[in-house]
Amino acid sequence: MRQGQIIRVSGPLVIAANCFGAKMYDMARVGHLGLIGEIIELKGDLAYIQVYEDTTGLGPDEPVLLTDQPLSVELGPGLLGTIYDGIQRPLDLILAKEGNFVTRGIEVPALDREKLWKFEPLISSGAEVKSGDILGIVKETPLILHKIMVPFPIEGQVSEIKEGEFKITETIAIILTKSGPVPITLAQTWPIRKQRPVSRRLMPDELLITGQRVLDTLFPLAKGGTACVPGPFGSGKTVVQHQLAKWSDAQIIVFVACGERGNEVADLLLSFPELKDPLTGRPLMERTVIIANTSNMPVAAREASIYTGMTIAEYFRDMGYSVALMADSTSRWAEALREISGRMEEMPGEEGYPAYLASRIAEFYERAGKVICLGSDKRIGALSVIGAVSPPGGDLSDPVVQATLKVVKVFWALDDRLANMRHFPAINWLLSYSLYAENLKPYYQSKVAEDYPDLRQEALQLLEEEAELLEIARLVGIESLSLRERLILETARSLREDFLHQNAFHLEDTYSSMRKQYLMLRNILHFHHLGLRALEAGIELEAILSLRVKEKIALMKYEPEEANLLDLYLNIDREFKELGASQPKEVVHV
Amino acid sequence: MYKDYLTVSNIVGPLLIVEKIEKVKYAELVEIETGDGQRRRGRVLDVSTERAIVQVFEGTAGLDVVKTRVRFLGRSERLGVSEDIIGRILDGSGRPKDGGPEIIAEKWLDINGSPINPCARDYPSEFIQTGFSAIDGMNPLVRGQKLPIFSGSGLPHARIAAQIARQAKVLGKAEKFAVVFGAMGITFEEANFFIEDFRRTGALERAVLFLNLANEPPIERISTPRLALTCAEYLAFDLDMHVLVILMDMTFYAEALREISAARKEIPGRRGYPGYLYTDLATMYERAGRIKGKKGSITLIPILTMPEDDKTHPIADLTGYITEGQIILSRELHRRGIYPPIDVLPSLSRLKDKGIGQEKTREDHADVLNQLFACYARGKEARELALILGEAALSDLDRLYLKFADLFENNFVRQGEFEDRSVEKTLDLGWKLLRLLPRRELKRIRPEFLDKYYQA
Repeated sequence: MRQGQIIRVSGPLVIAANCFGAKMYDMARVGHLGLIGEIIELKGDLAYIQVYEDTTGLGPDEPVLLTDQPLSVELGPGLLGTIYDGIQRPLDLILAKEGNFVTRGIEVPALDREKLWKFEPLISSGAEVKSGDILGIVKETPLILHKIMVPFPIEGQVSEIKEGEFKITETIAIILTKSGPVPITLAQTWPIRKQRPVSRRLMPDELLITGQRVLDTLFPLAKGGTACVPGPFGSGKTVVQHQLAKWSDAQIIVFVACGERGNEVADLLLSFPELKDPLTGRPLMERTVIIANTSNMPVAAREASIYTGMTIAEYFRDMGYSVALMADSTSRWAEALREISGRMEEMPGEEGYPAYLASRIAEFYERAGKVICLGSDKRIGALSVIGAVSPPGGDLSDPVVQATLKVVKVFWALDDRLANMRHFPAINWLLSYSLYAENLKPYYQSKVAEDYPDLRQEALQLLEEEAELLEIARLVGIESLSLRERLILETARSLREDFLHQNAFHLEDTYSSMRKQYLMLRNILHFHHLGLRALEAGIELEAILSLRVKEKIALMKYEPEEANLLDLYLNIDREFKELGASQPKEVVHV
Repeated sequence: MYKDYLTVSNIVGPLLIVEKIEKVKYAELVEIETGDGQRRRGRVLDVSTERAIVQVFEGTAGLDVVKTRVRFLGRSERLGVSEDIIGRILDGSGRPKDGGPEIIAEKWLDINGSPINPCARDYPSEFIQTGFSAIDGMNPLVRGQKLPIFSGSGLPHARIAAQIARQAKVLGKAEKFAVVFGAMGITFEEANFFIEDFRRTGALERAVLFLNLANEPPIERISTPRLALTCAEYLAFDLDMHVLVILMDMTFYAEALREISAARKEIPGRRGYPGYLYTDLATMYERAGRIKGKKGSITLIPILTMPEDDKTHPIADLTGYITEGQIILSRELHRRGIYPPIDVLPSLSRLKDKGIGQEKTREDHADVLNQLFACYARGKEARELALILGEAALSDLDRLYLKFADLFENNFVRQGEFEDRSVEKTLDLGWKLLRLLPRRELKRIRPEFLDKYYQA
């Protein structure tokens, strides 16, 4: 291995001389401690290296080892349920080895080298295989079958395949390729900055069910789609991300805690093993991989953590799973880029961010998608990406927000005014949008109810009208509004308080099935329709609003039984009928 | 053993540039001797084969390029700690300031610390009763949390912090408790207020104070909070104490950081603050917390004065993104004579959910809290409306809400400087206010709690 020497140290940036022939984005081991770094610029024989660990105590003349390998992740059984730092070192192993604080220069394998996995081959020797074909399976957790795929770009004839228990480094099969026999192990490696190949990309047309009413009903995300959650601090970005990690119906969750709070990561770590998957009753941790680079951990590793998470997510997508990647927060990643760029004395773009910020963000989100995976069985996988953005002061003109909005299809705008009123999730219904709503129409109609898209449209319209009416009321007083308009205000309020507001910490309310969401929405709008008709029949607004069912509507979110929601629909009918009968029939022209 | 360098080539602001150096390491501690024999200390900020950039803690006034001697000490800045540190007043560099003897160190700790492994963290869940209704009732603090106070010049943040230090307790427990106070750039009067308050209440015996006052070198402020936190880590994780750290004022700290950044001619981020301000603040704030298997904890209350009360100013903004919530003080409430002038609505405690409820405070706490928030928000909206259209234009219900908001501020938020309210009393006070409103308006409260508490 070749070796260079440090000539300068400035924070996380180290410059080394004598590195002629080093390649961009190759990994290097820096100094006597062997800190992990990555080459990010080459000038003649000088290599600029961003170091993923604290550089205190590093000085000129110390050696730099050039590995000639790009920064890569290890992919294989043992990923699920693990929590890694930004460069895929398991934090629990670091804890066992080094104690409560993260020290430097630690080398721990990403995947357990000693553990035996039971491998069941699915093909027999003699078979012709292509890249991505499934050789066999390992039951990694009770929830997930880990499919062992032929690594890209290998193809040829299987000359030998074994069955039994293996460590991840042991050969389980041999493939005869054009250039000779290649041994295959349970694990493979992949450079984090390189997109993993697929057969073909598809349009996302299936809903990612999250159980969050404002998302599923108003601003849906499709499996394989991209969403962005910007908002000022305290507006609930992290709670939204956590709710998605807990409840969304993706089969695999990769959670990247990028430059965020240590206590939040602790919360994930302590709550996930206890939370049960709603479908299987198994702990959620069995389908989750967490990448944690908290805000006080080295800044350069924060930059890498996003790609580490993305590559792991792609790997599971390649098995044909629906994967969701949550990145909280991409602003911290962009700031890490900015910090390194500043140290390299690059010419800054907007707000000091490097000029290549937008292209890096676009590249990142473009790795999401619904795809036909490599392999002859044409299995379909999806990778959805949800990125939180933390703009300074909640200002949406921030370059990171703007660059993100150019590429993502769903925008969940968090609003601190709503958060102050403790309306959670504080997603502003007027600013947010989803470009998948149209694509998903057939899905809603076939999977939930024929009239669901119409109800959704009506709800959105009522909320829009409410904003206009409130504006008028603010200017000229509530008296100037007609009774019909006042009923619209009441219904919109009901939509906000009884439907959109959802308590993440309430046992029943934290998750609503699609069926429940539909029934709730239908009840609210049914009340509205009958209310309008009653007004036309000359019934007082006060009388309508003091119907008993109104209180029941407010409690729908805590109602676990579908039958009771169906009953409520009939009760609304009944109470309005009684109301009509008790009032003298006067003909009023409205 | 150490080489003395006489090769200072440039002096820029707080920075020295030393040429022809050998075996100098990044971030190592430096001793500087002026021509007339005075000693100062500094730290290496950037090192290459030919030269090192050194940041001088006490400032560069009086240094020259001819006679200044520079010595590289081969280690990073450390704090010597032992049990004797409790009860002491130290300066911004950790030297005794109370006339007492030097502390005989039992061990030396690197003041930069190391990040806590997220796997080792225990989630903070023990409710701390501060005795303030606006905090305990609405934005409860838990052990191991970092909860800043966002204030402005002229607001009583110091009095509030002192009152928290005086009253904070975990219900039903008597445990070893200590206060570490780090002062950066505050005035003598403010510092003296704390010292006197601690002395009067006997808190000084279980406190450690690190004081860098307004007339002391600004660059020293970079170390002061780190010293305080290093001391806190020692008390919490070696001596099993529950430590409350108060850092005041983070704004001056950030300004010192900006000064160094500007002297290094770095590309500035927002408002001239360096792009790494977030990371830098995080390496301090994140040192708060709890560790599994350790008895002690660090709870951190940084105080910052927002320039022009602007919450989006980088210091407040970045702090808010790192800490677990914030307590915001309002100039309007202060003008109306309400103490503590805590603006409840934009204030937030992110860790409250695991710290309240049955067996922690009371079963109805979460619901009452949410309902009070919602009602107060509506009341304030009604107040705005009344301002534009006059109170007569409000509906009956809105008028009730308006009354609610007034009473909330006057009876719930307002309290005396020596009034230590129990959380029970705070919640009862909340119910008293909620009874102003018809029951069907209280949608955030579960029916079983309404049955139990609404009529009572």
